[in-house]
Formats: sequence, C-alpha cells, structure tokens
Amino acid sequence: MSPQAIVDGLVAGSMIGLGAIGVTLTYSILRFANFAHGEFIAWGAYFALALVSVLGIGMEPLGPFSFGWLLPLAAIVAAVLAGGLAILLDRLLFSSFRARGSATIIMVIASFGASMALRALLEFVFTSKPVYFTRELQIAVRFGGGLRATPDQILMLATTVVLVVAIHLLLTRTAIGRQMRAVSENPVLARVAGVDVGKVVRTVWFLGGALAAAAGVMAGLLVQIRPYMGFDLLLPLFAAAILGGIGSVPGAILGGIVVGLCEALAVQTIGAEWRAAAAFAVLTAVLVLRPQGLFGKARR
Amino acid sequence: MFRGAHGGCKAAARCDAAAVSAAAKEPKARAEASAPALDVRDVSIAFGGMKAVDAMSLVVEAGELLGLIGPNGAGKSTLFNLVAGVLRPDAGTVRLAGHDVGREDASRRIGRGLARTFQIPRPFGGMSVLENMLVAPGGQVGEGLLANFLRSREVARQERQAVERARELLEFLQLSKLAGEDARILSGGQRKLLELGRALMSEPQVLLLDEPAAGVNPALLDFIIERIAEINRSGITVLLIEHNMEMVARLCPRVMVMAAGRRLAEGRTEEITRDPRVVEAYLGGAPA
Repeated sequence: MSPQAIVDGLVAGSMIGLGAIGVTLTYSILRFANFAHGEFIAWGAYFALALVSVLGIGMEPLGPFSFGWLLPLAAIVAAVLAGGLAILLDRLLFSSFRARGSATIIMVIASFGASMALRALLEFVFTSKPVYFTRELQIAVRFGGGLRATPDQILMLATTVVLVVAIHLLLTRTAIGRQMRAVSENPVLARVAGVDVGKVVRTVWFLGGALAAAAGVMAGLLVQIRPYMGFDLLLPLFAAAILGGIGSVPGAILGGIVVGLCEALAVQTIGAEWRAAAAFAVLTAVLVLRPQGLFGKARR
Repeated sequence: MFRGAHGGCKAAARCDAAAVSAAAKEPKARAEASAPALDVRDVSIAFGGMKAVDAMSLVVEAGELLGLIGPNGAGKSTLFNLVAGVLRPDAGTVRLAGHDVGREDASRRIGRGLARTFQIPRPFGGMSVLENMLVAPGGQVGEGLLANFLRSREVARQERQAVERARELLEFLQLSKLAGEDARILSGGQRKLLELGRALMSEPQVLLLDEPAAGVNPALLDFIIERIAEINRSGITVLLIEHNMEMVARLCPRVMVMAAGRRLAEGRTEEITRDPRVVEAYLGGAPA
C-alpha cells in the first residue's frame, strides 16, 4: 500500500467535509436531511466555470498552480451565487412547507425533487459532458516517505483549514453564531427570546451553499466538472455529517476526512469498486458504538 | 451552591442598581408619557370553541408593578402569550407605550422594549450561562454574517459591551460563578434567575414575569422577590403572574384577578385578597 492514499484521502476528505458542513448546519437548524445539497456543489462549480469561460482572462497558470488568477475570484463569486441559490430554493420550496408545518419526510422528498430539477437544469444548459477548469499538468511536490502532493492539492488543504477555522469562530464567537446555535437547540425558545429566526435560516442556507460551492470548485479542479458531481458526493456528505455528529462543524470536517481516507485506503487495498462500501462500514461502526457521532451531544 | 454565592451579596450590591438601571437608561416609551406602558383591550382568543381569554382588558401604567392572579386554567399564561406575540388574538388590541403591536411577532415586540420569562424556564442547555445571556441582546452588528468580516472592529466593541452587561447582570443575579458552565446544570431556581437575566439583557421597558416563584426553594425566593423589586425600582414596568400570594402581597400594590378567561376583580392587593368572590374562585373557599 502506498502512503499516497493519505494525501488523496485528505484532499477528498476536505471536499467532502466542506460540503458536509452545510448538511450538518441545515439538518441541525431546519431538522431535515436536504438531499439537494449536492446540487449546490455542482452549481458552484458550474457558476465558477461559466464566469471563467465568459471572461476568458487570467487563465495563464499562476506560479506552481494549474489555474490562473481568475479562478480564485470566480470561486468567491460562485460561492456567493450558490449561497443565493440556496436561499432562493428555501424561499421557493422549503419555507412554504415549514409555514404549513409539513412532516419532515415531505421536506426530504421535496429536496429529492429539487435535486433532480437542479441537476436536469445543469444538464440542459451545460450538457452532461465532463468539462475541466484546466488541462495543465502539474508537477507534484515530494515530501519524502513516498508522499507527494500537487501545489493545487496543498492549496486546497490550506483553504479548507482557513474556511473551517473561520466558520468555527463564526459559530462560537459571534452574535449570529450564538443565534444559530440557539435556534438549533430550541427554535421556539429562540424566537421568543428575540432571535430573528428567519435571518438565522437564511444565514445557514447561505453558508451551506457557499461552502458547497467551494467544495465544487475544488472537485472541479481535482477531478472534473459534471452535472452529477454533487449527487455522487451526496452519500459521503451525509456519512461525514452523521459521523461527525449533527450540528458540529469540526465534526463534519473530521467526518469528511475519515470518509475520504477510508475511501482512498479501500481503493488502494481492496479495490476501487469497494470505495463507497469502506466508508459506510466505518459509518455503521460509528453509529453502533457512538450513535450521536464523534462530536455530537447525546440527545436526552 | 447558591447559598455560598449569597454570601457575596453585599459586595455585589453596589453594582445592582447600576446593572438594572442601565436597562431603563433610555426609556423609548417616555416620548409618549401619557400612554400606559401596556394597554390590553377586549382581547379574546378561543381554542377549538373554548374561550381561553374572553374580552380581557388590562392596563399597566409606566413604572407600575401589577400582579395578575387567578386559579389554574384562568387564562393568565394565554394572556401573556397574547401580549408577548406568541399567540395572535381573535379580537382586541395590544398596545405597548401607545403603539399597536397586535400584528407584530414576538421578536419585533422585544425590539419595542417588551421582555418575558417563562413559567417553566428553558435555558439553551448546551450553551454556557454567559452565552445564554448573549443570545439576543438585539441590534448587534455581529448578527449580520458579512459584518463579522467587514466591520470586525465594531462587532468586537459591541460584543465586549454585551459581555460586560451580561456579566453585570449575572453579578446582580448572583450567577457569576456559573457564567462558564453549561446552562443544563442549573437548578430550577437558578434557571429562573438566568431567565430573568436574559429578559433584562434586551433592556426592556416592560417585563412580563410568569410565575417566577414556582418551584423555587424558600431561601432563593426571598432573593428573587428582592431582585424583582429592585428591577421595578429601576424604572421597568412589571406584570407578574404568580400563585405565591406572599410574593404578590410583598411586591404588588395592585392586583388583577382572572377566572375562566375573564377579569374577576381588580384593586389594591390587601382588599382583593379578602374579596369573597376572589377567595371563592382562586383559593377554593379556603381562608387567605
């Protein structure tokens, strides 16, 4: 087995973790599993791709990286757009179910429908042919012990660390973060305590959508951009969110890394077709031994 | 644990008045000094045909401490929910310092200077006592997502002020030692105090207290009564629902009695508690 699996697993795990933060936040605050979350990943990648293709400037590779200066800017705009898309989806679809007090299962099925619609829209506009941000080749940096990582991969790990620290500080040190946690713990009480629950809900959707877009751009850069890229990540996202404990940001990212590493190790040791199975074996074990997840608090 | 904290009462006393009066520093209501702090008129609500509150009217003057008593099921808490904005009345008006707030939801009413506590206090158990206090001071720049990145200095300054105020109030309520603990470990009485502190954080002009004495041990009860009197002295109007007649007698010069969703009697506390109708309805015929 090559230690390279560790680098691959960490990078894939970062992407999964960033997506899982959105899943875990929407789940803890809105109390339903949003199966359309994967689409924010794909839409984020396509938003960035559209911007890069339309502008067509700043494409020359920047230093050791495979992409030019435009892509990081496009990624930020894509994050904002994907955040807006998430808020729009909530306003058009989920908010009306919430207002009617619909059962969770109705929200979940509605999110399935939204997922299909959003994906179909991408296929309609961009076709289902895979596309790439860049076709540049990259020289991997060697770290000794057989470990290698491309500059792109190193940048992604660093970006993930920065984003996760920022979100963690936002949740623990700021007024909006406290309000998010308060709504997550007890929405009724939060409302009567003076929290603008509508604003908290919009913030959560925006954050989830924006982080998913970041994951989407990373996935597009490392692998390829396809309409199904988000949907294919959906189960690992949920595995990571559950593994880390619903509502926990550090848990989601750690869960993502565990799932990413398991998948990478399974590809190396058992075979690529067992990739998903390995992650789910770990998930099952965690659910049996620690049902509240790694960082989750046991519900009384 | 709380008795230990009680010992520090004297040292804490100096900040008491300061901590609470900060709340009444800028009474938005003053502009309309003539309007009562709270004016509920002919409010009704029915649940499935049962009139829980039936054409109920109630006026609390600015700075007053009015007691609201009545047997269980009289509709007191429902009336509270109507005033707080948790429930919408079928008919009638609710005015805060002259403003008709009947169509505004609970969080908007808090912005207008209304705060309440609950009969059964429910803190955010997974958050610390201090964080519980900071959940909704209201109007913080840091409530906006981007502001935390773009206006971080201002956010930090407001945050410091909110934390400082929260600590002063915790001191006032003798919860300082527990500031860093998860709220789930608090005793029933301590939860009542935290609830009171959280309500005061929003710097209210009108405070609705729903049975602050229920389930509180007698040693703590004296302290709670004293603190409520102090809060009222600082200029905050208080409407108190209470079953504990000793508390009502000690705190409220005037009381209103509710029974079966209606106003039964209203007047000076010592007279009302001797009113045969009240004794019959509220005390079930037993001497007061």
